[in-house]
Amino acid sequence: MDSAPVLEVRNLHTHFFLRRGVVKAVDGVTFSLRRGEVLGLVGESGCGKSLTALSILRLLPQAAARTVEGSVLLDGEDLLAKSPREMREVRGRRIAMILQDPQTSLNPVFSIGSQLHEALARRPDGTGRSLRERAVDVLRRVRLAAPEQRVGQYPHELSGGMKQRVVGAIAISCAPEVMIADEPTTALDVTIQLQYLDLLKELQSSLDMGILFITHDFGVVARMCDRVAVMYAGRIVETGPVREIFDNPVHPYTRALIASVPKLRRKTGRLRAIEGQPPALSDLPAGCRFADRCPHVEARCLERYPEAVSVGESHSASCWLAA
Amino acid sequence: MSAAPILEVHGLSKHYPVRKGILFSREVGQVRAVDGIDFSIGEGETLGLVGESGCGKTTTSRLVLGLETPTAGDVLLEGQSWQSLSGQDKQDYHAKVQAVFQDPWSSLNPRMHVGDIVAESLRIAKWGTRAEIDERVAALLVEVGLRPEHARQYPHEFSGGQRQRIALASALAIGPRLIVLDEPVSALDVSIRAQMMNLMKDVQERDNVAYLLVAHDLATVRHMSEWTAVMYLGQIVEYAPTESLFEHVRHPYTKALFSAVLPDHPDRQEEGIVLTGEVPSPLDPPGGCRFHTRCPFAMDICSQVAPSLTESGSGHLAACHLEE
Repeated sequence: MDSAPVLEVRNLHTHFFLRRGVVKAVDGVTFSLRRGEVLGLVGESGCGKSLTALSILRLLPQAAARTVEGSVLLDGEDLLAKSPREMREVRGRRIAMILQDPQTSLNPVFSIGSQLHEALARRPDGTGRSLRERAVDVLRRVRLAAPEQRVGQYPHELSGGMKQRVVGAIAISCAPEVMIADEPTTALDVTIQLQYLDLLKELQSSLDMGILFITHDFGVVARMCDRVAVMYAGRIVETGPVREIFDNPVHPYTRALIASVPKLRRKTGRLRAIEGQPPALSDLPAGCRFADRCPHVEARCLERYPEAVSVGESHSASCWLAA
Repeated sequence: MSAAPILEVHGLSKHYPVRKGILFSREVGQVRAVDGIDFSIGEGETLGLVGESGCGKTTTSRLVLGLETPTAGDVLLEGQSWQSLSGQDKQDYHAKVQAVFQDPWSSLNPRMHVGDIVAESLRIAKWGTRAEIDERVAALLVEVGLRPEHARQYPHEFSGGQRQRIALASALAIGPRLIVLDEPVSALDVSIRAQMMNLMKDVQERDNVAYLLVAHDLATVRHMSEWTAVMYLGQIVEYAPTESLFEHVRHPYTKALFSAVLPDHPDRQEEGIVLTGEVPSPLDPPGGCRFHTRCPFAMDICSQVAPSLTESGSGHLAACHLEE
């Protein structure tokens, strides 16, 4: 685990500049991802986890969104300094992405085969095999049944789970160093979800990729991740090895999130809900962003944002109470 | 059944014809979305309906809501058959059976004030004067944890959790006996889900309303419901008091669903049945037991004879040859 990180994000700030003000959606995010590792980026909608992914790939949604500070290093090269042309060589080839809804990530008017060809043609494998053979091959790697027939079929002829496998096939077709998976199993059924997670793990170890796994589900984290970064209102509030986060959560937000989920193994009484809502990103408080929902809030929490402090072996949290 | 049943469902089926051709279209088959199911819900109780997509749980909820006409079987509300109702009686049925849907972004009309959304069913039923309705709306908003002044705002001004509260207030307005909850928390954020589940339980206790909870998350069902029914390809394969089902699973498909639940700790994973393949098409469901094509314990009899639901004490029903 001491290998150099393949992807390093340092102090990333991505803001939306709107007429009504500046929305600080990503506000100082720092993490690193090693080869052969799955890092879970956990948080609720609007916490900035998807925007962090889009900032890494420089696919920000509209003219109003800009990365104003920070750096994104892929094998030590800063992606934010690259030209648009150089970035195109990175996307799909060196960093692949899997999105939540396979329905919208595949083009409905092209066959599965031709969508794979598009990705495969960019990277000759030197064996002189036809694109079709290589497409069948990569579909076999994602364990899609009857791959020879699938290449001629269209997305609507496949089920959701099968479509997401095709998306996975496109993602690994260029043997990327990093894969960003943004809630890839949320749209799938429970029995299919488990199969897909196992497939991703298998692909990861055979290709020695680093996976940045974006999710809101601690069950997915427990099954998939080696390390976890918990995000709240644009910042990472706690990061650590997965067992540390489950056994020994330090930040009150992490603790509350884990406690608020009903348990399968025993009848739970009244759930311990986190009251209130996350703060508006256009009007962030000066102090800790979780302060107004936190049961342990003190005066200093409202005054200054707590710096991340080490609370264990490569485990840190941004909370005054942990200091 | 501890309480008197509010809702009874007998042999309920819904088949959709599949047609081919445009001008001289002919029927080439039937999708058996729901195929002969029975269940009942007691007063103030919750029945959880679990299954994967395509198993017929949403069709079942639409049949209970009276939004679809059954192909066979019947739905009885307080002993009265839905099929026999007409005119005003049908309208009364719709008032007594309300719904909260999964997605609070599409279930609330964006052009209506929150107060009008909540008041709509009261106005249709000519429940009272304008002032009385306004007063009732204010009380309902408070009941679901919002403020009376929210009545003058539009849905887009609220977060997902707040919108789901508005949807619940509007379902409660007319004083229903049963609310169909179709995946009521799955579109909400993790930290908001617990708030909503607590609220639904509080409301049930206060108003003695029954819930039909359609969900895919087993932990949510265990937390919310007294009874649980598991559906597979249009049929109920296991039906039991929730605690009995969670302590002692009888049907292999239910076992497989449990095995697919993600762990609550990295060192724990439910071992057991890992299903391969996907759910067969309901257009041409397998003969015999519908689960036999994916069941690891399938025997010869399973592909020939459909098992019927058998009881093993305290009302725990399962349809499996292994259990006979």
